[in-house]
Amino acid sequence: MKFTLSWLKDHLETDADLDAITDKLTAIGLEVEEVIDPGAGLADMVVAEIMSAERHPDADRLQVCTVTDGVNTYSVVCGAPNARQGLKGVLAKPGAVIPATGDVLKTGKIRGVESQGMMCSVRELSLGEDHEGIIELGANAPIGAGAADALQVEPVIDIALTPNRVDALGVRGVARDMAAAGMGTLKSLDESPVSGNGPCDVTVSINLAKEHTHLCPHFVGRVIKGVRNVQSPDWLQARLTAIGLRPVSALVDITQYINIDLGRPLHAFDLSKVGSTIGPRLAEKDEKLLALNGTEYTLEAPMLVIADENRALAIAGVMGGEESSCTEGTTDIFLESALFDPINIARTGRDLGIVSDARYRFERGVDPASSQSGAEIATRMILEICGGEASDLVMGGAAPDTSRTITFDPAHVARLGGVDVPSDESRAILERLGFGVVPEKEKAWTVSVPSWRRDVEGEHDLIEEVLRIYGYDEIPMKSLPRLSSVRPSFNYEQRRTRRIRRALAGRGLNETTTWSFLSEAHALEFSENKHIFPLENPLSADLDVLRPSLLPNLIAAAARNGARAMPNVALFEVGPRFEGNAPGQQTLVAGGIRTGDAVTRHWKVHQRMVDAFDAKSDALTALAAAGVDVDRLQIGEAEKNPKPSWYHPGQSGTLCLGPNVLAHFGTLHPSVLKRMDVDGTAVGFEVFVDRIPQPKKLTGPARKGYAPSQFQPVERDFAFVVDTDVQGGDVVRAVRGADKTLITDVTVFDVYAGDKVASGKKSIALSVRLEPVKATLTEADIESLSTRIVSAVKKSVDGQLRD
Amino acid sequence: MDQIDNLKAQILEQIAAAPDLGVLDAVRVKALGKKGEITGLMKTLGGMEPEERKSFGQKLNVAKDEIGLAIDARKSELEDAAMSAKLAAESIDVSLPPWSEPPGCLHPISQTIDEIVEIFAPMGFEVAEGPDIEDDFHNFTALNFPPDHPAREMHDTFFLPPDEDGQRHLLRTHTSPVQVRVMKNGKPPIRILAPGRTYRCDYDITHTPMFHQVEGLVIDKATHMGHLKGCLVDFAKAYFEVDDLPMRFRPSYFPFTEPSAEVDIGCSRAGGELKIGPGADWLEILGCGMVHPNVLKACGLDPDEYQGFAFGMGVERVAMLKYGIPDLRTFFDSDLRWLRHYGFSALHVPSLAGGLSQ
Repeated sequence: MKFTLSWLKDHLETDADLDAITDKLTAIGLEVEEVIDPGAGLADMVVAEIMSAERHPDADRLQVCTVTDGVNTYSVVCGAPNARQGLKGVLAKPGAVIPATGDVLKTGKIRGVESQGMMCSVRELSLGEDHEGIIELGANAPIGAGAADALQVEPVIDIALTPNRVDALGVRGVARDMAAAGMGTLKSLDESPVSGNGPCDVTVSINLAKEHTHLCPHFVGRVIKGVRNVQSPDWLQARLTAIGLRPVSALVDITQYINIDLGRPLHAFDLSKVGSTIGPRLAEKDEKLLALNGTEYTLEAPMLVIADENRALAIAGVMGGEESSCTEGTTDIFLESALFDPINIARTGRDLGIVSDARYRFERGVDPASSQSGAEIATRMILEICGGEASDLVMGGAAPDTSRTITFDPAHVARLGGVDVPSDESRAILERLGFGVVPEKEKAWTVSVPSWRRDVEGEHDLIEEVLRIYGYDEIPMKSLPRLSSVRPSFNYEQRRTRRIRRALAGRGLNETTTWSFLSEAHALEFSENKHIFPLENPLSADLDVLRPSLLPNLIAAAARNGARAMPNVALFEVGPRFEGNAPGQQTLVAGGIRTGDAVTRHWKVHQRMVDAFDAKSDALTALAAAGVDVDRLQIGEAEKNPKPSWYHPGQSGTLCLGPNVLAHFGTLHPSVLKRMDVDGTAVGFEVFVDRIPQPKKLTGPARKGYAPSQFQPVERDFAFVVDTDVQGGDVVRAVRGADKTLITDVTVFDVYAGDKVASGKKSIALSVRLEPVKATLTEADIESLSTRIVSAVKKSVDGQLRD
Repeated sequence: MDQIDNLKAQILEQIAAAPDLGVLDAVRVKALGKKGEITGLMKTLGGMEPEERKSFGQKLNVAKDEIGLAIDARKSELEDAAMSAKLAAESIDVSLPPWSEPPGCLHPISQTIDEIVEIFAPMGFEVAEGPDIEDDFHNFTALNFPPDHPAREMHDTFFLPPDEDGQRHLLRTHTSPVQVRVMKNGKPPIRILAPGRTYRCDYDITHTPMFHQVEGLVIDKATHMGHLKGCLVDFAKAYFEVDDLPMRFRPSYFPFTEPSAEVDIGCSRAGGELKIGPGADWLEILGCGMVHPNVLKACGLDPDEYQGFAFGMGVERVAMLKYGIPDLRTFFDSDLRWLRHYGFSALHVPSLAGGLSQ
């Protein structure tokens, strides 16, 4: 909310300067976002009078004005419709910087006529949005004077208000807070009734069924006749302009002003357009209303309208109607000051897409006691500025009784706030804020809440009020007391995930973070059952479905890097994939992708493209980091564990522990990549972190006992001929199984298929390391073990020892 | 006697002239071998008169030793030369670049979360997690957002279509629902941190539809706002690695805390460069407050017995401030150049003992 210092001082008796005031505003929770000093940009502008205005010889819409600043005269080409002889406005001379654009004004020719300056609009001076014409100053503005003085511009304070503080949506509420914080005293406000000259011509009728009366509990108004809806006085125009509002006419300006000044929205109807009764009712189905902003809205219940006996006149609490609005010719008005239900106003505003100052305040909750006082204050101001005679007030409903008391123990301020505020100080703060305090010695107090503080519900709110005004800075800092024992912050699963991250980064993969959503097309490519989970209100069509896998976003990321001439991509992410749209239907996945070269061109090594084994190694690295004994992993059987369709069927696999699928890896399916506009080969993996079994907890020392063998280890090589479709991993497992104690390592060092083995066969050569634990192995021991290895391979995969 | 001198001179000449170890060995065999010339002369000693044998023998032994030494000397000379030649032949161009695996890295979000947890760990905080998909109760109602409250609208919530029971789930707009889950499932004293993904339907230079928060919650019977201030000041000084860090707690509003505050740290923008520390400006880093009694009640705790504080901060925001990352959107772009520049080595595990940013 914006206001000027002098406006604040209308309500606050203070000697404090601007800096002290802005510091205090922020300190008590009315955060100053900005202090704008529009005068700073007006140093080069002066008051000038148009001495003559002639039509431009070559342009119908332009005039050539002769303008004086009291010293010189200037020829100024002007397009403003209101430029005319005798007008006093603001002249920018060549060399001046125009605040709105930052441009330096130069003498130039406009349609062949030299222009030696510019008569400025409000917008050009960054004083507001108005650009319909040039600024018109009052007739007594001194020619040649600085524009900042003539326009009465002064610094504007812009505060950001939290949604609970509707009371500070009026300048008076801000002043009350400042007074409470010791920045001065709150001036009194004349809310006394204006005596009417007789009964009101219009009767108020609240046409709401009992279950809807809460939508408008109080409706106040009166007729004022014989008003002159002239231009507002300069001070009023200046204030509205300063905070970015456009002065329209006195009646409109007064309601705008009171809205900002007191946070009290009002509306003035042209009485000639109003029937004999007025009041709120529910909008009828598809009822139409042309609003003040020129848009016709289609309304429906429970939206509320203000209507006479014939038709809707305004969207209650949101925006007035065009037809019943006050115009220059308006002489008689009906002034409305009512209370509306915040929730209904919020919903109406949201559904209609109307943003207005009235909606903004009503939806946050206007002071429920202010309908009548608002009407009186507005009446007094209208009579003063526009003249006329007011009728008696008419009223429907009543101000709701929001009075309530809260039991407040002043000792609780220290308990929750950690600072000892003297109880006299607590009491004074609450009283200055408008609370009624009935103190009792050594006992809890009874505190009554003022009508404008609908946010205050309980003792905690009062504690906040005291602390906020007393000052958060006064609260002494205390470090949290240490706990007697400190455990790791991360639990086992979280520590495991951290290890996976760092292990993958250690393998040359770069961690990234991609959206949890993606396009429907990409989701469908990576969803086995084509079951996808769309968002109801996505940001865009690219991001409209929850991701069923981490791979598609990683593939898209690889493609983006490829487009930036970085074809060799190694990325991973650890994050959720979604399996439903209810809480908990997500699993943690470590996924990664590699594209381009695994080994780039280099004088020392052979260039190599990425392949499925790079992805397998990544997956094994992640699983090993998570504590899995990777030697126990099996490649899942195709029948039991069908591989996902997004992998190359012949270059991919699953890593399982029994029926538990821990990972997929392999070359990604070329057709999928093609449909995702990715060139070349890509390999990837997905490790299902949540499925990794947790190792058994050790009861003794943190590591299992171990002593290296004292006896000489032995290495023996074997080559087996097996059918081509036999899996190498099964051969290795068979060999390992021949003696689980002696055999400590099995390495495949060659795989051969070709002329030297029979067709349909391949040769697998392995090196087996034997580490005896009881005694050095004799030749006989080794022979015996070799025999067992050969028969194990024979039995398991029908392999023959190669000659 | 001249016979010995002549032979010795002849052999020494051959030794000196031997071009390689093979020739040298042939010379040795010819002189000192079983059938060698010196050996041959030794054999003649037996037939000599004792007097002659003594003088001839002495001289012959001296010559033999001399030849032996000369052979050894020449041998090591030739071996040194051979090694030098071998080494010269083996030289390589060490200026060429070696092959190395390109290093990988951690994303700044992961690293920043690790840093934050590291700082809170000695204060006894444990890490809690919750689902990305939430229900209205955990994300709003239990956190004291009444239905139709304007604060709900400010959250720009992503919704999922209603399920069979008509319940409409949403993507959590903050990590605060984890507070609710922890309080409902546990008993005070509670000290937790909840890092995680959060979602809001907004995308511009300072907003992305997904971002990360870390939530903190402390609940017991005695923790007050002085502890809140102390805890967050301790955190901010450690995180930004600035001892002399001005901090300001501004009254603010969140439905789930009361009193509430926003926390600013001091900074300077002198010379167009942002520096965290004493200076003319302030930067907001987080929101916090004492847990609202309605939240405690919704979680089954008696607000007359228990109290405590909560805070929430944007992970990307504090990472941007600490590491000078200019644009939020780049966190989610997966640009390898950016990841390598702002990322962290796998070996760089932040610790209080070893330093956070190192």
